[in-house]
Amino acid sequence: MLVNCYSLMLPSVLRCARPISSHPALTRPFAHFGPHMDPDPSRPVQRAITTKLTDALKPDHLEVHNESHMHAVPPGSESHFRVLVVSSKFEGLPLIQRHRLVNETLKEELSSCVHALAIQAKTPEQWQSNPTVAKSPPCMGGSKGDHTVEEKLKAGRE
Amino acid sequence: MNNLFRSAARCLRSGSAVCVPRQTDGRSQWASVRLLCSAVDLQKNLGEMVKKDKVVVFMKGTPAQPMCGFSNAVVQILRMHGVDNYAAYNVLEDQDLRQGVKDFSNWPTIPQVYFNGEFVGGCDILLQMHQNGDLVEELKKLGIRSAVLDAEKESK
Repeated sequence: MLVNCYSLMLPSVLRCARPISSHPALTRPFAHFGPHMDPDPSRPVQRAITTKLTDALKPDHLEVHNESHMHAVPPGSESHFRVLVVSSKFEGLPLIQRHRLVNETLKEELSSCVHALAIQAKTPEQWQSNPTVAKSPPCMGGSKGDHTVEEKLKAGRE
Repeated sequence: MNNLFRSAARCLRSGSAVCVPRQTDGRSQWASVRLLCSAVDLQKNLGEMVKKDKVVVFMKGTPAQPMCGFSNAVVQILRMHGVDNYAAYNVLEDQDLRQGVKDFSNWPTIPQVYFNGEFVGGCDILLQMHQNGDLVEELKKLGIRSAVLDAEKESK
């Protein structure tokens, strides 16, 4: 039986339980990102991802998780996402083609504000036999001081 | 130019303890390569880079010191399967490489994994291949016996 590598790698809870804060005063640890506006509480990027995936893939089940709070980016960011898409459009397609479909659907977001996108793409049958959402590995701080991420965050706010 | 590129690329292989460009005449060897490489040359060189080794990974950081959880996951999975001798290119060292590999693969994120010159996918795909047994089979096609098989044998 193959071992899930995450159970070997990660002794502690994966998800950060800290709630997303929208108070600029609490963003001092991220001062190197420069001055920025308050995050948009209407979460435009999350809404765009949800809408586009729904329209393109007609999913039986869709989950869009903003995982930005798990990474070295300011609170309220919309830069790191995990999506679970269950769609019959994935029938007969290898994993890579399924992921390319999702990438293509979210091309605009991926070239502007979204820095990381974790994808689970299942057929309805696969989802029924294993209805679990994978967990992302813990951040290793790579986004801190990363100018590319800084530009993407700025793009998301404009 | 190709020799300069190859020697710079060689310094990034996973076997190095610390993967940084060597300094020559006060200038980074990698920077010299970058000046010589146009975007077209980079695409051509990427074509060579992905074929030169059986397993090629474009990642953030190095196998010894990954700088991203997803890149680290790829390193850990390969390590579990006993794949230690692979080419690892740190995209944080060079923004042209970072964007170039995304264009080359037509894939928007890092890490990126290649087997025998063919793009396999990112962290999610490699993890699913590991979980469903496909990775053992794909490594077998590369002539690599997965260490997981030996571990399974020992447990029986």
